[in-house]
Amino acid sequence: MRGILVTLGAIALACPAAAQASGPTGQAMAQNCYVCHGPAGRSAPPIPSIARMPADFLRGRMMEFKSGQLPSTVMARIAKGYSDEQIVAISDYLASLK
Amino acid sequence: MKTTRRAALKAGAALGLTSLALPSVARAASGSVVVIGAGFGGATAARYLKAASPSLEVTLVERETSILTCPFSNGVIAGYNTMADITRSLDGVRAAGVKVVKGEATAIDTAARSVRMADGTQLAYDRLVVSPGIDLNYEGLPGYSAAAAEILPHAWKAGPQTLLLRNQLEAMPDGGTFIVVAPANPFRCPPGPYERISLVASYFKAKKPKSKILVFDAKDAFSKQGLFQSAWESEFPGMVAWIAGKDGGKVEKVDAQAKTVTSGFGTEKGDVINVIPPQRAGAIAVAAGLTGDNGWCPVDPMTFASTKAQHVYVVGDSSIAGAMPKSGSSANAQAKVAAAAIIASLDGKPAPAPALFNICYSLVNPNYGISVADVYQATDKGIVPTPNAGGVSVAKPTSLNERALEALYAVSWYRNISADTWG
Ligand SMILES: Cc1cc2nc3c(=O)[nH]c(=O)nc-3n(C[C@H](O)[C@H](O)[C@H](O)COP(=O)(O)OP(=O)(O)OC[C@H]3O[C@@H](n4cnc5c(N)ncnc54)[C@H](O)[C@@H]3O)c2cc1C
Repeated sequence: MRGILVTLGAIALACPAAAQASGPTGQAMAQNCYVCHGPAGRSAPPIPSIARMPADFLRGRMMEFKSGQLPSTVMARIAKGYSDEQIVAISDYLASLK
Repeated sequence: MKTTRRAALKAGAALGLTSLALPSVARAASGSVVVIGAGFGGATAARYLKAASPSLEVTLVERETSILTCPFSNGVIAGYNTMADITRSLDGVRAAGVKVVKGEATAIDTAARSVRMADGTQLAYDRLVVSPGIDLNYEGLPGYSAAAAEILPHAWKAGPQTLLLRNQLEAMPDGGTFIVVAPANPFRCPPGPYERISLVASYFKAKKPKSKILVFDAKDAFSKQGLFQSAWESEFPGMVAWIAGKDGGKVEKVDAQAKTVTSGFGTEKGDVINVIPPQRAGAIAVAAGLTGDNGWCPVDPMTFASTKAQHVYVVGDSSIAGAMPKSGSSANAQAKVAAAAIIASLDGKPAPAPALFNICYSLVNPNYGISVADVYQATDKGIVPTPNAGGVSVAKPTSLNERALEALYAVSWYRNISADTWG
């Protein structure tokens, strides 16, 4: 048991510091939405804005894109790239923007 | 450059490694960051740095007065867009509190942490972002040169080359042959040559329907290949012939005077020839010793910090970013990662985990769009796409009318990424 812990420790040390954290923040992931949805989520149409929307709505949409329940051109491909927890973090961050 | 600052810089340089060993708090978040290049990577980095840390002094160095974007330059070449459509002002960057310095960066002293400008001035930095885009590797293709490009345009940097190719295509008689020479990987904008072929085919179909497009490719496969090839068949039947590298598509030499292209296939004459040559990192990255043997800049995938020099970050086309294509979208995402890492490092904190994403829209014609998108993971093995996610547009459009929608989204994407990058 001790041996395993030591080995795990060595692996953790070999990884870059960032890799040990729990992954990117909601802010960091949400900022990637802006290339299509505009700075701070305010879009020049027809791509919809994702600013000033309740977190539950955004999360619900993303989950429906991910499952395919809601048809999309590109959003299913993108939503599948995030875990359910990451989708919550992205939605919470976007909803928190003034 | 103020003398006091210079003196302090020299003294710092004399300390050498000792100063590096000091806790990074000593340099504090209210440091100065210089950014080279005001394209997709550099302008995004500058604006995001300033927004996240208003006390930072951010200086953006750019040789041009305004930016001409490559995205939608294929639309100019095919006659669907104007140069005004692809011109981006730097006023929004200035309005964000970034100091814009017009001029050419000619050297970087990574030990003294200073950028030398063509006019002799020096810009001191605590952290440096390098995003100079690509330069063309003329030596990589026998017969090609800056002079030859005046006859056989590359149009792989937006500007006079874009208009030159446009004018040649306009002057070409109906029934003429347009030859495109496409490079091996890696190069700027993997779907770019094929979007160009599509949009020019769309122009020919309307105005010069007897014309042909002959594509000599160094590769055996290309980005969104299935989608492009099925669009060529359905929209422009018989107009486009693509020759893979393995079938003799790899060009051995070009002759600007004779207007010919020689490959394993023989020698072909074109009425208009677009040569997209091999590429490498922008010259300043090479001059500063930031490139590896292959001509591109190795970086830490977690932060985009150069592995060749301390306190230097390379983003955009010049960087080696694993599976991420060299695109404006990638450059924008990488710049945000570097900006966050720089702020953390000036604060003496570990870099936050990176979030990396890319989307590339291509137009087959103004009403027919396709895309490729991926969410990336930065791992010990470099940057890889997230499994079971991402990829290209549906092979068979549904009642959603994907091709028409994605054509509209391509235009909307351009406006939104422009606003996110340049303000
Ligand atoms: C035909 C074509 C179509 C494309 N379409 C798309 C698309 O639809 N979507 C997409 O995402 N990408 C597209 N791209 C790719 C995109 O243009 C590049 O990937 C993007 O520009 C890379 O950003 P960058 O910051 O690395 O370089 P750039 O945007 O080229 O910016 C570099 C800047 O640095 C300046 N500079 C360089 N060296 C110096 C120096 N020494 N001193 C001062 N200034 C300097 C240059 O003048 C330039 O303004 C396309 C490319 C082409 C060729």
